[in-house]
Amino acid sequence: MAFREEIAVRSENRFDLESIRADFPILDRMVRGNPLVYLDNGASSQKPLQVIEAITEYYLGTHANVHRGVHTLSQEATDAFERARRTSQSFLNAGSAEEVIFTSGTTEAINLVANSFGLRFLGEGDEVLISGMEHHANIVPWQMICARTGATLNIIPVEDDGTISLEKYASLLTERTRIVSVVHVSNTLGTINPVGQMIRMAHERGIPVLLDGAQAVPHMKIDVRALDADFYVTSGHKMLGPTGTGLLYGKMEWLHKMEPYQGGGEMIERVTFEKTTYAPPPFKFEAGTPNIAGFIGLEAAMQYIQRIGYDAMRMQEEKILQYATERLSGIKGVRLIGTAPEKVSVISFIVDGAHPFDVGTILDQQGIAVRTGHHCTQPLMDRYCIPGTVRASFAFYNTIEEAEKLATSLERAISMLVA
Amino acid sequence: MTINEIQDTIIGEFSLFGDWMEKYEYIIELGKSLPLIDPAYKDEAHLIHGCQSQVWLHGEEEDGRIQFTADSDAVITKGIIALLIRVLNAQPATEIAHADLYFIDRIGLKEHLSPTRANGLASMVKQMKYDAIALNGKTKAS
Ligand SMILES: Cc1ncc(COP(=O)(O)O)c(C=O)c1O
Repeated sequence: MAFREEIAVRSENRFDLESIRADFPILDRMVRGNPLVYLDNGASSQKPLQVIEAITEYYLGTHANVHRGVHTLSQEATDAFERARRTSQSFLNAGSAEEVIFTSGTTEAINLVANSFGLRFLGEGDEVLISGMEHHANIVPWQMICARTGATLNIIPVEDDGTISLEKYASLLTERTRIVSVVHVSNTLGTINPVGQMIRMAHERGIPVLLDGAQAVPHMKIDVRALDADFYVTSGHKMLGPTGTGLLYGKMEWLHKMEPYQGGGEMIERVTFEKTTYAPPPFKFEAGTPNIAGFIGLEAAMQYIQRIGYDAMRMQEEKILQYATERLSGIKGVRLIGTAPEKVSVISFIVDGAHPFDVGTILDQQGIAVRTGHHCTQPLMDRYCIPGTVRASFAFYNTIEEAEKLATSLERAISMLVA
Repeated sequence: MTINEIQDTIIGEFSLFGDWMEKYEYIIELGKSLPLIDPAYKDEAHLIHGCQSQVWLHGEEEDGRIQFTADSDAVITKGIIALLIRVLNAQPATEIAHADLYFIDRIGLKEHLSPTRANGLASMVKQMKYDAIALNGKTKAS
């Protein structure tokens, strides 16, 4: 308790919400005659000026293709690009920069592992274990690779409150489990899964674990080595960075054993028509010209997060989450979906007698951006027997006033929609 | 009234509203009062694809004019269908097939819909026109 308070005091000193909001010009926008209330951060965060400027400056003064030319621009671009890799390494606390592969996002990262790991290590009768709350990005690639290799996809069930039972998880780790691939933080429910324990339990049986951190990295400090994750994936655009950027951390021992998933330029050591030898990781997994400007923007995003500090961000998000949870659960007809004790600042809910699309439409008329639908987690919606939810996902730049605006606008929507 | 006369009436009605919240209130009321579809028609065959919420549409021909009934699990969608039905219901099949539904743009509905909803609206209109053509063909053939 004392410790928490101490953090609170320390963080409050540094955390100046007004100046933070000034870094995100889009937050001043009007939508349909109302000030924008952006509560769809889970889908994609907004970008601070620092990120936008880093990209602009790169294109204005440095751009050339990387890893290729002897000329100055190419050298400068390569240096900037590889510096972004080292920043990513320290951001995730990876053991070496070579363990950080740049991808276009979480989706590509998971497809890469499913293919490169799957084709090497999966066969008839082997098992891949995922959970019932996975994003389609962590379901479909595994289904595809299972179909090709004859492996089976097993599912850890989701409890009513949106958590995973470690007992049920343990019972699904078998002799034939070759990899566990689970979401660190659920995009639909906000649940923070007990991934440290899950990794330990898998490792006791020699099973590697991939964590889908798309919704974790925007909210909490990730230390891939403390977690002992074998693979950790995330998307830049959900953590203040540009679209089209993603990080794949992989332990070097695995990266060495895996074959590339795409072929082309940049990933080779030597090509002849008879045989090609590949460059060492990370390059063997990065075929083609990468999203150079994107990763330079992503570096600025990581530096921005480090400057604000996860403690301070989390403090603000927790405040809003607590306020919004109390406020929304007090509104008649509102049912929260996902009430795990350990959550990030995501609230999914349904309204008795109103379709989530209708609720979202009326909220949008009042300037409030929320996500409605299945959130790319259709099996999870089936689990709760609902067509979808309304999801408000808060970032550290949101305010209590915005949470209150969500609540009053929701009350208005309900009075219109529910007779 | 002809299709265009009804469209002009609707445009007139919508011009009386102050803001879009009022227009939505009206659309929701229309949705709530949409006559019920025969439950037998709420099946896969009557489901319109391209809508994010579920929409069922049934058309019947009577003396060369088409009668529509419909339903949806989302009330705003129902309200929009109610508007479409008000314009197209009991009109001659060929008129429906060739109708230019300018009221959608003129009342500002299209720009106030999310892209998914706008796609859904386009799918609904298309299906109503298809139904009209198909049902018209049937009478002529028989
Ligand atoms: C948990 C989770 N996994 C994967 C993804 C896919 O991320 P992207 O579309 O950036 O590849 C998302 C994004 O919505 C997500 O929330």
